[in-house]
Amino acid sequence: METRETRSINTPANGQESQNRYEVQKATWRVKVGLAEMLKGGVIMDVVNAEQAQIAEEAGAVAVMALERVPADIRREGGVARMSDPLIIQEIKQAVTIPVMAKCRIGHFAEAMILEALGVDFIDESEVLTPADEEHHVNKHAFKVPFVCGARDLGEALRRIGEGAAMMRTKGEAGTGNIVEAVRHMRAIMRDIRRIHSAPEDELMSIAKQLQAPYDLVVEIHQTGRLPVPNFSAGGIATPADAALMMWLGAEAVFVGSGIFKSSDPRRRAKAIVDAVTYYCEPEVLAEVSKGLGEAMPGLDVRKLAEEELMAVRGW
Amino acid sequence: MSICVGVLALQGDFEKHEAMLERLGIAHRQVRKVADLEAVDALILPGGESTTIGRLMARYGLDCAIRQRAEAGMPLYGTCAGMILLAKEIVGSQQDQLGLMDITVLRNAFGSQIDSFEAPLPFKPFGEEPVTAVFIRAPIVQSVGEGVEVLSTFEDKIVAVQQGNLLATAFHPELTDDTRIHEYFVGLARKSK
Repeated sequence: METRETRSINTPANGQESQNRYEVQKATWRVKVGLAEMLKGGVIMDVVNAEQAQIAEEAGAVAVMALERVPADIRREGGVARMSDPLIIQEIKQAVTIPVMAKCRIGHFAEAMILEALGVDFIDESEVLTPADEEHHVNKHAFKVPFVCGARDLGEALRRIGEGAAMMRTKGEAGTGNIVEAVRHMRAIMRDIRRIHSAPEDELMSIAKQLQAPYDLVVEIHQTGRLPVPNFSAGGIATPADAALMMWLGAEAVFVGSGIFKSSDPRRRAKAIVDAVTYYCEPEVLAEVSKGLGEAMPGLDVRKLAEEELMAVRGW
Repeated sequence: MSICVGVLALQGDFEKHEAMLERLGIAHRQVRKVADLEAVDALILPGGESTTIGRLMARYGLDCAIRQRAEAGMPLYGTCAGMILLAKEIVGSQQDQLGLMDITVLRNAFGSQIDSFEAPLPFKPFGEEPVTAVFIRAPIVQSVGEGVEVLSTFEDKIVAVQQGNLLATAFHPELTDDTRIHEYFVGLARKSK
C-alpha cells in the first residue's frame, strides 16, 4: 500500500533555520523501478543458505535470490514447490548487505504478504514454483515491495507490468542449464518492441489486441522504443558466454539459478559470470574469464522434456 | 569550452546518468577500462551495488587509475553506491573502495527496499528551491572530516557533501527530471579544466 508521511525538517540553506514542510513518499513507482535500475549490468544469483549467499556477494552478485531448493532440484524432486521457509530467508538476509529477493507462487498473494513482512527487497512471482492460481497473478500494485515476473513474449510482459511488476525477466526454462528458451523469449520480446516502435500510430490498438496487452503500455513502447521497466534475463544461463549472449540480445542484467552452485567450482564461475556481464562487448575479457572454470551444471535437452515438466508455460 | 564527462559503466544505473548529460548537451562516454579514462575530464560514479562495482574496479585496475586522476584534480560525482566508493571509511566493511573523501558512510542506513522513499530536499547551492531526492536502500554520511561541506541533510542525517573536486549524494537525481545537480557538477568540471 502507498504510504505517505508528512514531517518537517530544518533546511541548511544559507545556514538559516527556516522550517520546510515536505512529504516523504514510500513505495512510489519511481522508488520501486529505481531498485531495478540499480541492479542493471549485474548478476542475481540463486542461493539456498547463508554460506552460498556470502560466496555470491564476494563474487560480485548485485543481489541474491533466497531459496530452499534451486530450480534443478525442484525439477528433479517434483511435487509442489512453495515459498521458502522464512527462517532460511532471514538467515540469508543477515548474511549479506546486498539486496535479497525471494519467490512466491503465481497468484499466491498470501505468500507475497509474508515475504513483504520479512523485509525482502524484491519478490519474484515465479513459474519455477507450482502456480497457486491458474487464472490470475498477484495484484502487485497493492504491495510496497517491488515485484519481478517472467515472460515468454511481449504481451505476457506487458500484462505483468499492467499488474504492477517493476522488473521483467525472460522465463527461459529454469533448471535445465540450456540457454535456448531464454534466447527464444528475449528475441520474441525485442522483436515485438521494435515492431511497435516503428509501427504507425493508427496500428497500435490492433497490436495491443493481438498481444493481449494494455493499450497505454503499447503506446509507451511506441514512443520510447523500450520496455517500460528494466528487462532482465533468466532461465538456463550456465556459462559466462551464455550471460554475454543474453546481454547482446537486449538483457540489461541476468539471473543465474542453478548455473552457479550446481557447477564444480561455484566461486570461480560466479566471478566469471559477473565479469562477463560487464564486459560482454569485449571478447578478450570473455575468453580470459572463461578459462578453466571446471564442469558447468549438467544440462537438459528442453525438447526431450514432457509437456508437464515445462515451467515456462506457467503464467497467463 | 567543450568537456567530456565519463560515467563509470561497470554496473548500475549509468545509462540514467548519461541521459541527464545528454539532456544538458554535454559530451559523455562510458568508462569500463583504464584507457577510457584518458578521454574524460570528469567522472560520475553511478548508483548500483557498491560491493560489485568496487570489486570490478579493483580487478580491472580502475581504482588506482581513478585515484590518480582524482588526486590530480579531476572532479568526481558519486550517487549512492558512488558515495560509498568515494568514502575513506565504510562502517563495518572492508570492501574495495576508492577512499578519497574524508567521510564515514553507513550503508543501507534506512533499512530494506520497503523503507526506500522520495522527498523534496533543500540542496545548499540552490537555496530555497528543493530537489526531489530519491533514496534507494541509501547510505548516509555518519561523520565528515575537515574541509568537507555538507550540502543536504534529511532529518539531521547528512546526505550530500562536497570536498573540493569531489561531490557525493546519497540520493539519485538521475532518477528525476531535475538536471540541476548534474549541471552543478558540470560546472565543477569546467572550472577544473
